Amino acid sequence: MIRLAFTIIVGVLLGGVVHLVSVLALPRIATQDAYSRLTPMTALNAVTPLPLAEPGTSPMPFMDPAFATAICRYDLSEGPLKLTVPVSQAYTSVSFYTRNELAYYAINDRSAGKKVIELDLMTEAQHSELPEDEEVTSADRLIIDSPTSTGLIVLKALAAEPGLMPQAQASLKAASCSVQTEPPAKAEKPRGKR
Amino acid sequence: MRLLFITLMTLLIATGVGVGATWITTTRGTEFGTLTIGAWTARPKTGTSDVDPYARATITRNGELPIGTGDGVAFTATTDDKKKPLDGRCDVVVSGVTPPARFWTLTLYDNKGHLVANTLQRYGFTSQEIVRGADGTLEIHIASRSRSGNWLPTGGIERYALMLRLYDTPVGVATRTQRDAPMPAIATVGCP
Repeated sequence: MIRLAFTIIVGVLLGGVVHLVSVLALPRIATQDAYSRLTPMTALNAVTPLPLAEPGTSPMPFMDPAFATAICRYDLSEGPLKLTVPVSQAYTSVSFYTRNELAYYAINDRSAGKKVIELDLMTEAQHSELPEDEEVTSADRLIIDSPTSTGLIVLKALAAEPGLMPQAQASLKAASCSVQTEPPAKAEKPRGKR
Repeated sequence: MRLLFITLMTLLIATGVGVGATWITTTRGTEFGTLTIGAWTARPKTGTSDVDPYARATITRNGELPIGTGDGVAFTATTDDKKKPLDGRCDVVVSGVTPPARFWTLTLYDNKGHLVANTLQRYGFTSQEIVRGADGTLEIHIASRSRSGNWLPTGGIERYALMLRLYDTPVGVATRTQRDAPMPAIATVGCP
């Protein structure tokens, strides 16, 4: 009898450990997460428009059907990424997710304050390598640090009425995200001469 | 022999309890960081880096992307104000005012988060489409058959969820009560 009780108690305690480990491990082992679902239908380091959310065809659950959506799946190992999103008529937002769907940054057209949302996305290591040049660190250049080298950028444009959907989609078509090919400014300017 | 049996038994219980608890918490959700106003619940922290491990597990398991805090906040309702589950065969009225936001959208989903097919191809409303009363309040009729005014079709499904998303809004992690975020009422007004 004592043995049985002992078995159950130890079992439940171990079960608690299993539960905690599985909850913490789930983001890493999930195979049907948003990133994995979007990988086959999106290009790397380029903007891919997503099909509109419709019954039966929405690529992710709980997508907002009032929005045109585009994805930039990024990999920063080649270098920092430059993102340019023209603002649509109603509402435009850009959200950043890590490989494990952690929403680490989001910005909308109003907080960007310009007609075009322009951002530089880089890893913390790449950010710290940037030369501390005044031109580069000027206030109108927005630099986002990505916690992981891969992840997702979700671009959304609202169609306030169904008839405005083509316009929202067109404004996202004009968006671009690409790896910055030119080397950072410090490579050209010898530092000692200043 | 006996030791082996006990060990196996213990491990079996451990697996059952552990995986069971994980399954329950990731499908039903937990109360951590939940903001409940009337029938609506939101988890503003899922859009930040401080998201709790349970919410993260749920997000990756369902394959969704949470709405980022700089973008907006999403409120979900699966019951009416009297805790009666939302039934697509009944007439449900969503009425009142919405919290301050530049735009909002109200969308109807089935239990798995998919849109519900209907002939109108209407899956929700945006704040600009809605027809309001003279005092600025709104009234949305959710029913399987057409209704006058703002009609949102249910396709007659048994259970559905409503999602009210506020975009560019002060509502978020710091919001606590109805006073900061006056959410519309949900009432079931009649069932066939």
